Amino acid sequence: MFKSLIAGILLGIVAGAAAIYFVPVVDLARERSIIDVTPNGGNREVFHANIPDDRILIGVPDQAEPLPRGLEWPRDELFANSRTELFKIRNANDVVVGVASRIAASGPDGGIVEWVLHLPARGSGYILMRPKAAEETFRSGDLRSGTREFAGLVGSATERWVATAGGDAGPAGRLELSTRFVGTLEDES
Amino acid sequence: MSRNVLALAAGVFFGLVIVAVAVFYNPFVSQQELSPLAVTDNEVVHLSYSVAATDALVYTNNGESQIAPHPPRVAQLWEPTVLDTTVSVNVLKDSRGRVAGLGVKFASDSDETSILDGKALINSVWHIYLPQRGSLSIQQTENYWRYIQDIVFPAYRSSGDNWRGNWLQTISDGPGPLGLGWAAGGSGEFAGIDTSAVEALSAKAYTIDLGPVAMTGELSIEMPPAKPGTSGEPQ
Repeated sequence: MFKSLIAGILLGIVAGAAAIYFVPVVDLARERSIIDVTPNGGNREVFHANIPDDRILIGVPDQAEPLPRGLEWPRDELFANSRTELFKIRNANDVVVGVASRIAASGPDGGIVEWVLHLPARGSGYILMRPKAAEETFRSGDLRSGTREFAGLVGSATERWVATAGGDAGPAGRLELSTRFVGTLEDES
Repeated sequence: MSRNVLALAAGVFFGLVIVAVAVFYNPFVSQQELSPLAVTDNEVVHLSYSVAATDALVYTNNGESQIAPHPPRVAQLWEPTVLDTTVSVNVLKDSRGRVAGLGVKFASDSDETSILDGKALINSVWHIYLPQRGSLSIQQTENYWRYIQDIVFPAYRSSGDNWRGNWLQTISDGPGPLGLGWAAGGSGEFAGIDTSAVEALSAKAYTIDLGPVAMTGELSIEMPPAKPGTSGEPQ
């Protein structure tokens, strides 16, 4: 019986160590990246947020109907000229692949429009837009930095609003973010 | 025969317990407590925020985690790809306790988590806007191993299902050297800078029901020295 106990302890130690080593603690769900290769233009990947369904937050002071309901946005003068939004982000197959923040602010120096994309299984990207929209149809900008899959990439992005039939709840449509990122030679070496 | 089977089963159980205890109290696992930026000669921007979900402007997750989303009607991240992700929007305060701006924090469990190595990892990214200074993003990996060891586990062991004490720990664990996170400036005085950043947690109370109750997050961002001719001084 004593030998069985010792054998069991050794078996338990081996089994436990093997389980900890081989069984992943975190197993993130992944979606296939849907990327077009454009002629002389790098890799194009389009993300979008369906509005209003994918909007998590509209952060502006004194909203009549705050989103989310119950939000108490600070009335500090500091935030008077800024707008912070959160979205779920979808790929071209309309599947949620991540979350994103968009901060826009106006100021004497022209203001800012910025995105941070966070795709849990792939990495994050920080995109700086030029505040002024081109022909009032789209706004363009550049990837400032990225992590993991987006680390070491350079490229541009454009955002545009694609309207669909709206309802009583306000404007409906798609906020589209089209990215064109490419690796650098430095990254490949 | 049956006694041998029982002894074998008891042995396996003890073996598993031994592994669990050895891994949890692994003496070879270390995590630096203090920020590497504590010894820099450069200016460091300090920002702090309350980690308690109810203090955040918005906090959301999959809706089934220990910490409830706030406000309660906020959209939850139930889709498979974002199931292990939390998003919080926090008011950031400067080192004098004045409101300095807003910070959006995205955090996802990392598939590089390794229990054997004492790494309970989270990939996080901050989107920070300080109206009077500018904007930036901080990208980092965070290690919550010591947090689990020192706060979460003792709270579960406690008869009151809570933990109280004084705990300060750097949670940044890369991707930069010395466990530093990366910060990329976007606008204002941060425009164009690439620098290092560190996040630390200062905890005083934690409960099983609510998670962090009295806990402050502290962000430190190293400002690179001004280049000659950019300070506005006459040349």
